[in-house]
Amino acid sequence: MATTDGAPRRDEQLQRRLARGEETALGELYDQLAPMVHGLAGRILADQTAAAQLTREIFAHVWEHPEAFDPARGSLRAWLGALTHRRAVDRLRARRAAEAGFAGDDAQDGVHDEIRAVATAARVQYAVAALPQPLRETIAESYYDGRTYQETARRLGISEQAAKQRMRQGLELLATELEQERARHRGPTPADPGRADADDADSSDTERADGSARWKEGGGT
Amino acid sequence: MTITDEQHEALRSLLGAWALGAVQPREGAEVEAHLTGCPECAEHAERLREAAGWLSVEEPLDQPAALRKQVLDWCLARRPADLPVPAWGMPYAAETAKFDALLRDLGPEEWQEVAELPWHGGTEYLRPAEVLCHLAAVDGYLAVALGLPDPVPSGTGPTGTAASGTGPAAERRVPPQEAVLPSVPRVPQQAGRPWARIAERTARLTAEQAGQPPQRVRARWRRHCHRLVRSAALAPQGNTPVDFGFVTVPLRDAFVDRAFECYVHGEDVARAVAYPYDPPAPQHLRQMIDLAVRMLPLALAGQRAAHPELTGAAVGAPDGGPGRAVGARTGRRVRLVIDGPAAGEWLIPLDGPEAGPLVGEPVAVMVLDGLEFCQLAAAHRDPDRLPVGEHGDRAAIREVLRATPLLSRP
Repeated sequence: MATTDGAPRRDEQLQRRLARGEETALGELYDQLAPMVHGLAGRILADQTAAAQLTREIFAHVWEHPEAFDPARGSLRAWLGALTHRRAVDRLRARRAAEAGFAGDDAQDGVHDEIRAVATAARVQYAVAALPQPLRETIAESYYDGRTYQETARRLGISEQAAKQRMRQGLELLATELEQERARHRGPTPADPGRADADDADSSDTERADGSARWKEGGGT
Repeated sequence: MTITDEQHEALRSLLGAWALGAVQPREGAEVEAHLTGCPECAEHAERLREAAGWLSVEEPLDQPAALRKQVLDWCLARRPADLPVPAWGMPYAAETAKFDALLRDLGPEEWQEVAELPWHGGTEYLRPAEVLCHLAAVDGYLAVALGLPDPVPSGTGPTGTAASGTGPAAERRVPPQEAVLPSVPRVPQQAGRPWARIAERTARLTAEQAGQPPQRVRARWRRHCHRLVRSAALAPQGNTPVDFGFVTVPLRDAFVDRAFECYVHGEDVARAVAYPYDPPAPQHLRQMIDLAVRMLPLALAGQRAAHPELTGAAVGAPDGGPGRAVGARTGRRVRLVIDGPAAGEWLIPLDGPEAGPLVGEPVAVMVLDGLEFCQLAAAHRDPDRLPVGEHGDRAAIREVLRATPLLSRP
């Protein structure tokens, strides 16, 4: 698994410390990954209480079973991201199924589409959050703050060429993520509802692990 | 329209910016004209624009600061820690995490905002990254006490006061938990020698970090915080003395002091960037109040030395309690009642050990909110305008209120 040199070792150290029962390791794990876990849970479940609950469960799972993490298969972040995603989608599915329980097949179809759309949106958002900092920052400056690439370049103290390049590269990474996500569902965009049931959570987790590990590579801090 | 390879490449390089709507109208028109005749670019553009479309999905939920404690408590209830963080390290762990969460969200512009950091002798104006350098510079005293490397580069060690030419350090100790009065309580009255070393260490670290991207300064500060807490958890020796240069305190108090300063400056930064900032958890706030109360005799002594006219009955409200005039200078005590979530009661000795034994009832009772008391201790409130419930000798209460901000430092 290709990640930055220090990262796997850091993950393993943290895992060892968790296994030893170091409370500080739990705190560090939380500080490092809670924004991702809670953010992902919040996006999928769209409910503050449910997101907090899931966050609690995810961290309790790692704290109680640190050995369940296999550093050889990807980063801690990717593992937790996948775990959170899977459990959040499961929950959403259960909630929707209960809600649609009385309705017919049509409603069930709608439920599947909605869950897929929510899950895709969450993945992409998670992907945005996982973009290497320079790319994310450049995109944020222009897209969220409404600046041209020339202004963005000036503000970030980089060349216009670099700003353009970062925008392209960042979007390219997102597009790839989007493609993978759709391949997983073998189907439609949220705007183009169709039908597909590809929900092998485990295989999608593995892909996710690859993707995020790769993206962490250029991430400069 | 014919187009050269060079023009094609130039337009293609614009596609990301174009998809984000970050090009000027003229460029946008050029790109769009090109797309109609270049399927290769059109396909690429479509792909990027589609990705950009997903950016508009709404932002994730804000992460409530209280969540951290909820999650950690939940975990620890299910599997108790074999190597727990000592209770006196908890406020620091929580406050540094909270400040870090705020900093994580700062954009490039916000890192340039200047925060105001008032203390009783003036106001410091620092950018967030400089605030971090300041915090780390003082945290360095704890690091050294714990046998960790000092985050502040070279110069003289934090304990080598004499060699640095800042004059002999005032050797004072904060009363221990049992609240025995220090034998020679002195508190600096103004910005001068006692703070000089902190200012100098801050300046050195700031100079070293200048030019670094703020997020890197943040990451470095965070690593130091983690290391401090971890050392304290692995070998929890709360009595280890920590020499701040102007005062020596046991490690357990030093950690609470650092948590307090981190909270205060975290809020200073939050104010500068107009973000909300949660107060400390009640049990942490209580530890901070307790430390401030135990330090108060030093501040009172300093105030007595600097302004004898303010003490005793001089500020005199004509309540005519038993303690007016000369008799007022013998072992008076004020009962401090903190209400709010960190509720508790403390007895504050007003007059120092030379005034005689502490006997009889407190001369006054003052009631105030715990957070307000902490803000006062940080010199973030005007002692004359603070809402305080007062019973008994009001002059004595004024004395306490005016001495409390003297606990603050730059």
